[in-house]
Amino acid sequence: MPEHPPLIQVQDVWFTYPGGVQALRGVNLQVSAGERLALLGRNGSGKTTLAKHLNGLLVPTRGRVLVAGVETVGQDVGRLAALVGYVFQNPDHQLFSRSVREELAFGPRNLGLPPGEVARRVEAALRQFGLEEAADTPPAILGFAERRLVAVASVVAMRPAALVLDEPFAGLSWPSVVRLGMLLVQLAAAGHAIILITHQMRAVAAFAERCVVLDDGRVLADRPTRETLVDQPLLKRAALAPPAMVRLGQQLRPYGFSGRTLRVDELVEEYQRLRGARRERR
Amino acid sequence: MLKGVDLRIEAGEALALMGAPGAGKSTFCRALMGLVPHLTGGVFGGRVEVLGHDTRRVRPPELAGLVAIVFDDPETQLFNLTVEDEVAFGPESLGLPSAEIRSRVDEALALVGLDVDPRRAPSELSGGQQQRLALATAIAMHPRLLVLDAPTAQLDPLGQTEFYQALARLRRQRDLTVVLAEPDPELVAEHADRVAILAEGRIVRDGTPEEVFADPRALAALGVAGPEASEVAWRVSQLEGEALQFATVERAARELARLLERPAASGQPLVSGERPAGSDDA
Repeated sequence: MPEHPPLIQVQDVWFTYPGGVQALRGVNLQVSAGERLALLGRNGSGKTTLAKHLNGLLVPTRGRVLVAGVETVGQDVGRLAALVGYVFQNPDHQLFSRSVREELAFGPRNLGLPPGEVARRVEAALRQFGLEEAADTPPAILGFAERRLVAVASVVAMRPAALVLDEPFAGLSWPSVVRLGMLLVQLAAAGHAIILITHQMRAVAAFAERCVVLDDGRVLADRPTRETLVDQPLLKRAALAPPAMVRLGQQLRPYGFSGRTLRVDELVEEYQRLRGARRERR
Repeated sequence: MLKGVDLRIEAGEALALMGAPGAGKSTFCRALMGLVPHLTGGVFGGRVEVLGHDTRRVRPPELAGLVAIVFDDPETQLFNLTVEDEVAFGPESLGLPSAEIRSRVDEALALVGLDVDPRRAPSELSGGQQQRLALATAIAMHPRLLVLDAPTAQLDPLGQTEFYQALARLRRQRDLTVVLAEPDPELVAEHADRVAILAEGRIVRDGTPEEVFADPRALAALGVAGPEASEVAWRVSQLEGEALQFATVERAARELARLLERPAASGQPLVSGERPAGSDDA
């Protein structure tokens, strides 16, 4: 059965900024439809530089980036935006319309879609993101978590094949992180590729299946989340911290915990099993 | 913004201020400095007394030697040409003699562990280094009260760790009271003696991290989350029928170990208040 080419291919990409800073040194990466991956690394490791190559905001100094099989070099950034949507770190840098509805309509209109299709996509995005009641509200007066959702929804309304989100969870409390995270899971299930740049390890544990760890412009590791988040030496080298439940599980290894639990529910399950086992022994 | 806040902060305490965006945390921080109302204007009722000074009667410059603040964005706080100029700026504005200024600069940089050439430009430092520099400039004023408004919001995990290590070192060596607006509950659990939650301009919770974070559902209703360890405490409390409270990974490990080692008579679960089978009734 013929395989689809990966949605995004980064082939031996090197990138040096005009000032001379070499931000990427031979990065290789492939992302397929439906994947949920986290891009991790300390500030200055090259995460944002790499992310900006995915929608053609930057082009490689050496190597190539292909989106849907076509190289990004020479392509119209507007056309690439239809394939790879980019959600910026600060929603207020992105939002400018008089109403949420207008904000969501902007992207699809810019793609030249007919008004009927634009309206359909806006309504779908309002429903999917739970923004129906806020449809006629100016985004500027919404709370921060809502503005964040509007920013994501406005990019999703363009139905890009891939979505790159730069620190989408920053400034959100955990309940709001979960709300946004579950939407991203739905989008991935519908076939979108989701690429998250984030420092929030609890969110990585909950919503990313794969972690690409960058350090000093290179890919240090590209593995399933479950393996990455328990690898203490790797995390230390990349100046990252494991999520609290990994640390707790590892401290409790002498009591039979695996040290491989990423989340609260997993750790509590292990506790329950060990507690039950101890009762039975007596 | 603030609607009747009643709070007493004891000398030497580290109080964390939490709450959803817009709850009033930054306004409260500025009120401690006298920036509210002197700089911001607005309607101000009630009284803020800092170290015996009524902030309405005293202008911010007079509080400068007593209260210092660090904001979340290094770029808005650092504006001198060199690291040492930055730290010296405050003491200079107090009209201190040169030898005293020199000594304060050296001491402040050492206290925050900023081991860089003091003639370097602040803009060349990493985000974590910049925030430690901002901390150094604050403590060079020898304040008794240090106000930190989301100081690590823009930092990566390494930068966060470095900043909080510097703060811990400071608190060990100086007689310092800290008010800290910090959205990350893990950091709050590790570093705060007390937590106050602001909602709609009022303080709705006030206690130790263990107490305040004990009920995850109540916190979610306030738009806030506690550390993962507290969620473990809540769930294990349900399992064991015993009220457990812990907020840090270290205490969680100790408590879970204790529970696992606890003998259970005849395979019966231990429930608070119930005696093991076979013991005499009082």
